[in-house]
Amino acid sequence: MTQTLARYERYLSDLRGLPPAGPSWLQQTRSGAVERFSELGFPTARRGNEKWKYTNVGPIANTPFVYPFEASANGLAPADIQRVVPWDDAWTNLVFLDGRYSELLSSPRSADGIAVMSLGEAIASGDPDVERHLAKYADFDDDGFTALNTAFVADGAFIRVPDGASVDTPIHLVFLSTDRGEPTASHPRVLVVAGAGSKSTIIESYVGLQSNRYFTNAVAETVLLEGSQIDHYRLLLESDDAYHVGTARVRQCADSTFTSRTFEKSVGLGRYDLSVLMDGPNASCNLSGLYMTSGTQHVDNFITVDHAKPYSTSRLLYKGILAGKSRAVFGGTVWVRKGAIKTDSMQSDKNLVLSPDAEVDSKPALFIYADDVKCGHGATAGNIDKNSVFYLLSRGIDLETASRMLIYGFASEIIDLVRVDSLRDQLERLFLESLPSFKFEF
Amino acid sequence: MATQKVISRQTGVEDTQYKWGFEFDYESDVAPRGLNEDIVRLISSKKGEPEWMLEWRLKAFAHWNKLGNEEPTWANISHPPIDFQDIIYYAAPKSQKDGPKSLDEVDPEMLEAFAKLGIPLEEQKKLSGVAVDAIIDSVSVATTYQEMLLKAGVIFCSMSEAIKNHPDLVRKYLGSVVPYTDNFYATLNSAVFSDGSFCYVPPGVRCPIELMTYFRINELDTGQFERTLIIADEGSYVSYLEGCTAPMRKTHQLHAAVVELVTLDDAEIKYSTLQNWYPGDKEGKGGVYNFVTKRGIARGKNSKISWTQVETGSAITWKYPSVILQGDNSVGEFYSVALVNNYQQADTGTKMIHIGKNTKSTIVAKGISAGHAQNTYRGQVKIMPTADNAQNFTQCDSLLIGDQCGAHTVPYIEVRNSTARMGHEATTSKVNDDQLFYLQQRGISLEEANYMIINGFCRGIFKELPFEFAAEASQLMRVSLEGAVG
Repeated sequence: MTQTLARYERYLSDLRGLPPAGPSWLQQTRSGAVERFSELGFPTARRGNEKWKYTNVGPIANTPFVYPFEASANGLAPADIQRVVPWDDAWTNLVFLDGRYSELLSSPRSADGIAVMSLGEAIASGDPDVERHLAKYADFDDDGFTALNTAFVADGAFIRVPDGASVDTPIHLVFLSTDRGEPTASHPRVLVVAGAGSKSTIIESYVGLQSNRYFTNAVAETVLLEGSQIDHYRLLLESDDAYHVGTARVRQCADSTFTSRTFEKSVGLGRYDLSVLMDGPNASCNLSGLYMTSGTQHVDNFITVDHAKPYSTSRLLYKGILAGKSRAVFGGTVWVRKGAIKTDSMQSDKNLVLSPDAEVDSKPALFIYADDVKCGHGATAGNIDKNSVFYLLSRGIDLETASRMLIYGFASEIIDLVRVDSLRDQLERLFLESLPSFKFEF
Repeated sequence: MATQKVISRQTGVEDTQYKWGFEFDYESDVAPRGLNEDIVRLISSKKGEPEWMLEWRLKAFAHWNKLGNEEPTWANISHPPIDFQDIIYYAAPKSQKDGPKSLDEVDPEMLEAFAKLGIPLEEQKKLSGVAVDAIIDSVSVATTYQEMLLKAGVIFCSMSEAIKNHPDLVRKYLGSVVPYTDNFYATLNSAVFSDGSFCYVPPGVRCPIELMTYFRINELDTGQFERTLIIADEGSYVSYLEGCTAPMRKTHQLHAAVVELVTLDDAEIKYSTLQNWYPGDKEGKGGVYNFVTKRGIARGKNSKISWTQVETGSAITWKYPSVILQGDNSVGEFYSVALVNNYQQADTGTKMIHIGKNTKSTIVAKGISAGHAQNTYRGQVKIMPTADNAQNFTQCDSLLIGDQCGAHTVPYIEVRNSTARMGHEATTSKVNDDQLFYLQQRGISLEEANYMIINGFCRGIFKELPFEFAAEASQLMRVSLEGAVG
């Protein structure tokens, strides 16, 4: 036990170094989180721990990460950022360097009740929505990572779309990690409040600028009030040596629609824990993701959909392309609570395993406590279909192009779902550039 | 032949009682309550076991103690903690003490009891064509058709006899598939197992008749811990059936069995189970805790192991008949119907571990939940790096009857070979309203319509069962679902 504590002493001493800023309710939440984290630590014991069955966070626990108290001083220009992340000047962009809001690189927006701003500023201004929603959905009672993030809550992004408003320009949050010469940790926090009947598009990008080692521990909370709509995109473009643990908690009220597209292209060890609670009748969510892994990467998607109220619909489609010695984990869980009748749910996970050394672990689970439902799931794993390759070869296409066409065809099912044109084009390029090569032996 | 019933269940549909709830009234020889090293020694000495067997039991018991009396909690089931010191670990019908040499010496009351159950113990019933090993509480009471089997070279006897008469075979294979360290209940079983069936089919022999073991718990507060071991040597084939019942008791009874199957090159074992332990009453009182470890290893190339199970009984079922596909081109199959009603709970499924090249596995699991019951399919398909061109197909369907029950599907898919092809699909729904409507407007009652649809839902599994069992299974479903539909 003392050894466990020593391992996390660094985080605790960093926390003591933080100024006791913020209103009293936040200080209370934070000190509760500090306490919980010091009890929980990270889930390194995997025996009997279903949530972390296939992912070992030992390396994160064992690396002494430095918490950067000062904002990064290197003079980054917008051009440096655009080199590494999809970007459009027309979007509302907020940029965070090592977890801290960068005024210089951001174009915040606050007019007509719309807020796209630094969470730190929103807390300071005493915005009632922040107190009402912050730390209300991301429960840290049995989650060390969320507890740690909550303990560090100081900055991040705050987005509010007022009732009935429709925000046409995508809101882009860029969380950039820089190289500070030693492994650093950042704990970005995002809070999104979508007013009744509102519509918005949000892109969250987690990006590594260099190829150094760092740890991003992100938590995002989203609440969709009655009849609201969010198109959400999440890009993982971290450095190949980075650790990333992302936790997203979404609460959907009646008649709301949540669409989530996740693109995981690079990270050393990555985990995305997305949990959607359908807390009102007639809600619907459509979650999909594309993960492409190579080298020794490890990507874990842990998706939960909880149908707590009747007449809700959920769709999950995750696809993976695995090369090298990489490993992909998919854990999809659908809950249908007692009384949540007419639930319509389908989830599937499809994997293209291109290398003999790659591994995929898929666990699509269903827990159903109501009878009048339609639920299903599927999972597949396999290589490219030889007949398809042969067909293309017989049409005069060379082997390499044929393989690339088929791999890209597999991926494009998800990329084509992107409804922001400029984002789709840039993603397409990003993925095409790094498609793993594959040689078939006939 | 056509009129023969393996386990006769002359049950009218109007009757909702568990038909096998009667107790046999004969004296039995019972060990004191509780578990300690002396009990393990007592069981071993009661059975007149050699030293090596006792040692193995003691090793298992020591390991079990190390596990700290903590039963596993990962399954999707709930029950009050089991007091392992409040169980009787050995009970045998007293007349068995001196061992009946033939059926004539068997307690006539017991013969009658088996007649009541419809188990053809009497060898004159040649027509039945099934060799039966009957096990009451902890002891094998009779094995039929010995002569015919012996002629074919097939060894089919109780585990106790096998330990005495075929120690080499037992020593070689016992614990080779399920080691005594495997899991909590398997460890417990290794320490205290009392009897079970043993079968060895020599090379090239196709077992001339179906083999069957019939299990029954009779004594109050006893646990049944049987251990079955079946070995199919090169090029052989055997089909094995298993049936179970228990009397109605207000308290829970523990049944923790271990079954090990081994197939060598080109051999095949077909293992069918009709599990009908007492499920408890309508309020969930009483019933058997059925915590069973079943595993087969397809060790030889081109060998095959096929599990078929119809699980309708037990208060709680916790059972994962698995296949380790070690030999190249070996095949593993798992066909299952798990039906739960009232307050029954089932967490059952399979594991298919692909190690050899070109190995193939098929999983078809059908779950039916009614009343307040919870039904979970939990399965694992693991494709190891060596398993080139491995193939798996999995299908799990669940049917819900009533809005108080639950159906859950938890598959684990682990693929570590890029040439593998695997697919998993699962669906959950209630009985289709349109189908019910269609049948009703053809003049079929709602209840009958439900049975027809449920029967159709399970048909694919029933057809895997041996002929007599299939009719039984369908009847059993009807009895188990009594009152839940229509």
